[in-house]
Amino acid sequence: MTDASLSPSGISPGAPAARPAESARDALLKKRHRSEKLFRAQGMAAIVVAMIFLVVLVGRIVAQGYSTFETHTLTVPVYLNPERIDVNALEGVNYDYIVAEAMMKKLGVQDDDLGTTSGKIMDLTSRDFGNQLLQMVKKDRSLIGKTVNVTGSVKADADLYYKGEIKRSTAEEDRKLDNQQLDWLDRLKKDGTVQTGFNTKFFTNSDSTEPEQAGVWGAVIGSAMMLFITAMIAIPVGVLAAVYLEEFAPKNRWTDIIEVNINNLAAVPSIVYGLLGLALFINWLHVPRGSPLVGGLVLALMALPTVIIATRSSLKAVPPSIREAALGVGASKAQTVFHHVLPLAMPGVMTGAILSLAHALGETAPLLMIGMVAFVPGAPENFASSATVLPVQVFIWENASERAFHERTAAAIIVLLVFMILMNATAVILRRRFERRW
Amino acid sequence: MLTWLSLLFLALFSGAAFMAGRSRALKSSGGSKAKLHSLPNYYGLYAALWAGAPAALLLLLGATFGGRVEDAMLQAQRPAAVQALTPDRQDVFFSDVNAVATGQAASEVSYDGPLRAAFDAKVVEAKRIDGIVSYSVLGLAGLLALAGFLLATPRINTEFRARNRVEGWIAGVLIACSIAAVLTTLGIVMSLIYESWRFFESVSPLSFLFGTEWAPQIAMRADQVASSGAFGAVPLFAGTFLVMLIAMLVAAPIGLYSAIYLSEYAGRSMRATIKPLLEILAGVPTVVYGFFAALTVGPLFRAFFNGIGEQMAGGPLDGIAQYLMQVQNQMALVAGVVMGIMLIPFVSSLSDDIINAVPQSLRDGSYAMGATKSETVKKVVLPAALPGIMAAMLLAVSRAVGETMIVTMAAGLQAKLTANPLDTVTTVTVQIVTLLTGDQEFDSPKTLSAFGLGLTLFVVTLGLNIIALRIVQKYREQYD
Repeated sequence: MTDASLSPSGISPGAPAARPAESARDALLKKRHRSEKLFRAQGMAAIVVAMIFLVVLVGRIVAQGYSTFETHTLTVPVYLNPERIDVNALEGVNYDYIVAEAMMKKLGVQDDDLGTTSGKIMDLTSRDFGNQLLQMVKKDRSLIGKTVNVTGSVKADADLYYKGEIKRSTAEEDRKLDNQQLDWLDRLKKDGTVQTGFNTKFFTNSDSTEPEQAGVWGAVIGSAMMLFITAMIAIPVGVLAAVYLEEFAPKNRWTDIIEVNINNLAAVPSIVYGLLGLALFINWLHVPRGSPLVGGLVLALMALPTVIIATRSSLKAVPPSIREAALGVGASKAQTVFHHVLPLAMPGVMTGAILSLAHALGETAPLLMIGMVAFVPGAPENFASSATVLPVQVFIWENASERAFHERTAAAIIVLLVFMILMNATAVILRRRFERRW
Repeated sequence: MLTWLSLLFLALFSGAAFMAGRSRALKSSGGSKAKLHSLPNYYGLYAALWAGAPAALLLLLGATFGGRVEDAMLQAQRPAAVQALTPDRQDVFFSDVNAVATGQAASEVSYDGPLRAAFDAKVVEAKRIDGIVSYSVLGLAGLLALAGFLLATPRINTEFRARNRVEGWIAGVLIACSIAAVLTTLGIVMSLIYESWRFFESVSPLSFLFGTEWAPQIAMRADQVASSGAFGAVPLFAGTFLVMLIAMLVAAPIGLYSAIYLSEYAGRSMRATIKPLLEILAGVPTVVYGFFAALTVGPLFRAFFNGIGEQMAGGPLDGIAQYLMQVQNQMALVAGVVMGIMLIPFVSSLSDDIINAVPQSLRDGSYAMGATKSETVKKVVLPAALPGIMAAMLLAVSRAVGETMIVTMAAGLQAKLTANPLDTVTTVTVQIVTLLTGDQEFDSPKTLSAFGLGLTLFVVTLGLNIIALRIVQKYREQYD
């Protein structure tokens, strides 16, 4: 900085030769203060805008998703009509119709020859009822001919009506449920057949083609398994690599190359890692597509540079006096590092590792490349079986056409964000509690 | 399963070697630790490492590459009936053989006549080969473990420098780990170049880089070799550039201004609240931004522009009004704005660091000359921080170019050469995702073109990073 750049017109009012008149000087000063205020306001506005974005983003997702946690269940006594159940072919029985019959009895309506009414009723009750009946009958055949109480969720569209997403004021042909169905729903609600409750199924079920049955359990387990693989690879390799570069490596061209390389790797777009995973792990090594194993491997490669960088900076923060003291009492280089320096750096290392895992948890694009977009109706059984993970589940549901899935997408995002906040909070607590300032 | 079991055995064996090595060392010194060169545990570790490590490495290599070796052995001889099949069907044949041999479900292809006989023979052979390979790996690993143990333990005596040896092993592991990072880069470069090479065999690089028509779906079948026009990536580059530009128009001013405010004006408590909030914005996964763009911002913008169009309809600008009324949810503007929001914390935290690195003495000098705060920022701090801020902007651009989920969910799929932010555009990353999700065969130019795009993306982002680093190195003012 030279003086020249400091004295544009107006900044140096003290120049004695051309001292402006009193009023002119005041005007100039006013102008300068005005521009000062303006600049400050611009800065403030930028922050306000950024905060508004944050509030709108989070608020909008919570507003869209919270209703998923509420669900409407329906309890109906079902008469297991022996005429309709073929004991020799239990799987082939139309249980949905049996449920519809029970509902018709409850509502006091008759089916016509075309089955219009029963069809309309089947649009209101989840297929889960039929499944439950099948399981019951399979377990205990003596139930046939008796009446059993079955509880299950209403179908997604009916749920949306109860939540006010489908409105009666909409023209009948523009909504999925007609007036008669809405009347039935109102009656069921009024007489207490339909109960409102907390949606535990969303947490215990896995993906399903029917929105009211779909949940995040499979995705949560898939994410956990994938992160386990990532952590098992990225943390040891990353920490040891950082120890080498920071404590052992001689300063020469090779270590320079490694260093530049790591910094550049950290900025490679995540989708490129997906391409790497596809070419290397799937096409070349034949790791099963879409498995937690291959996902974990790809994310481990992606997390590696960040773990290395975080570990190096916390190793740097350990003062040299520690090393000198250890070396002074006769410890070898390796003993110094592994008995003293690394344990002291550990809080920082773990913070960095958790943060990079949290980042990996939210990563989607590379996983799409390695075949994690399939519909997986259950939690993965092992590391090589097909899996889905939370962010990919969000992506899949977002693409679904049913409106009820949009609500579930937002709810899955809430679950994802809760996990990320938990991980970040752990990192912050670790840092606050254990980090030492020298 | 076999690998895990043998690894467990190996761990037990290596633990036993540890005890043996340790007790041998203590015995040789008559039970006195002081007479040994190293601590007793180092002798144990020395023996355990030789007993365990080479064998474990072999087992892991066997688990990783064993399948490939088996496949190669199995496919070395192809019966005439199999050779009569097309290459694709031959692959199916062999994958079915493997599936049946390992007791998994095969594809639904049925094999009759001579093919059936060949199939059954190959299944038997596959089982035999699998047995040979896995047992020879196991046997070899066992031999290695035993040999390591038998060679290592006799060397243990009081004079033996066990600690130095063990530390040699440690150094080796550390170097291997840091090479892993280099191998990752190498893997990225090699796989991108290799697959792109295969792509450029059927499509010339020039028509890829400068062609103006992108329609990979046309060239779906193998016999319908890509017409050179179908793989012109210019519309993708243009779309990427447009979205990036919009994102930077949002992120650069907001990010920079908030960094200036936070570092120059805000008090300690405000910094302490705003910075973590910005970090939250930075930590939100991109798929969430994508959801936000597709289901909130998109419909909002659409309603806004449609509304303007309706207001203007019938007026002097009727043509524009008609266009505005037909604007869709998916447009470059939506993706760009949401991506800009995503980049705000990135730009802001980088710029914040850079502005804070400008020494206080420069500010004090400026204040002493009577400059106001904003004058100091504009005429002293920002010029001093300019190279760093430029670098930060370039890094943000590189992030915007490589960002995938927001554009996939909000920008659209149509490859159009347009500068209209209200139009749907497609980007390089969107096309990579679309080309590679779902089922794919690996010899069609359609899927391979994704690697060509990936290579371009990699080169561009790498170039931006290198330029950013260069700018910082070259123009940074040394103040101390």
